[in-house]
Amino acid sequence: MENIQDSQWPLWEVFIQSQPGTPYKHAGSVHGPDKSIAMQNARDTYFRRNEGTSIWIVPSNAIVASDPNDSDMLFDPSNDKAYRHPTFYTMPEGALNI
Amino acid sequence: MENETKLKHFESLIDADSNIEPRDWMPEDYRKHLVRQISQHAHSEVIGMQPEGNWISRAPSLRAKKILLAKIQDEGGHGLYLYSAAETLGISRDELIEQLHSGKAKYSSIFNYPALTWADIGAIGWLVDGAAIVNQVSLQRTSYGPYARAMVRICKEESFHQRQGYEIMAHMMQGTPEQQEMAQDAMNRWWWPALMMFGPHDTNSPHSGNAIKWKIKRASNDILRQKFIDKTVQQAELIGLTVPDKDLKWNEETKHYEHGEINWEEFQSVINGNGPCNKQRMENHIKAHHEGEWVRKAATAYALKQNQSVKQ
Repeated sequence: MENIQDSQWPLWEVFIQSQPGTPYKHAGSVHGPDKSIAMQNARDTYFRRNEGTSIWIVPSNAIVASDPNDSDMLFDPSNDKAYRHPTFYTMPEGALNI
Repeated sequence: MENETKLKHFESLIDADSNIEPRDWMPEDYRKHLVRQISQHAHSEVIGMQPEGNWISRAPSLRAKKILLAKIQDEGGHGLYLYSAAETLGISRDELIEQLHSGKAKYSSIFNYPALTWADIGAIGWLVDGAAIVNQVSLQRTSYGPYARAMVRICKEESFHQRQGYEIMAHMMQGTPEQQEMAQDAMNRWWWPALMMFGPHDTNSPHSGNAIKWKIKRASNDILRQKFIDKTVQQAELIGLTVPDKDLKWNEETKHYEHGEINWEEFQSVINGNGPCNKQRMENHIKAHHEGEWVRKAATAYALKQNQSVKQ
């Protein structure tokens, strides 16, 4: 163990499903040397009350995030394709249930 | 020129009450201010476990002991939410702890006062957590996303802390004359330090300028302090406690309480390390950190070994 460097352990991101059927939501992060201790730490840190029914943990360095500088390129084009929205189309007068 | 464009974009986000996220460009001073403020906040939560931890083994009933344990565990959790928010700014947990131990980073000076009697546990929950809530409710709207989200989570949990403290005080005020005296004594010792938690007067607050401009802070020290006084005086009177301020009086025109002068010399002196417990709090933290070293190393060694056996 002499050659082991003391550290606060690697970082993991924690995601919570608040109830079955709902999407997972980022809660924050924890430190842990491995999956099982990171899971235990996530439980103790983010689930002391009835916050949820399921946990995902992901090593923080495995997350790939978009670059804010690319925002125009990535997100702007969605605005000029109005035909992707149902309200774009003209329905004949009197059509029901559509 | 490029930086100027980035700064303009940053300021337009702030002006629009939008949030800044970890990967967004931000001025170096914004980042520095956040690291200082969030880490100070995190350290306060963690050091704040000590005055209360002192009473776990002496809590007057099993009910009281369970509540105190849960509250202290929450404080530890709040520290962790905040450390993880600070880490999104590019500083590591190791650096944060190192800055606490070297004295470069501060924590709230309130935790350098001792918890002498059980009534202090009541006063801490009611007054110290009460003051913290006023500050933290306002910080839910802070401009840095991870900090704001940590605040929302913390505020949800804090109100139990304040209520359990007020319950202890109310209970003691219905007890024997000795118990009432004990509650008043705790009130006398914690009231002024609680007011100091909001920091110096606005006219004398070195970090406020940019913090307000960048919406890190959403309200000034004096405004938050006034809010706390206005809501706490009624709670004190209701259970028969006297606020230890002979100059305290209701101003019918402003609809606010006016309060006496705060002893800023004491405030500075405690910040500079001369409070009753500064040395003890820091020694405890350093000792616990060193005593945990073999656990951290052993778990790291085990994880390495597991990884190697997976690869083979």
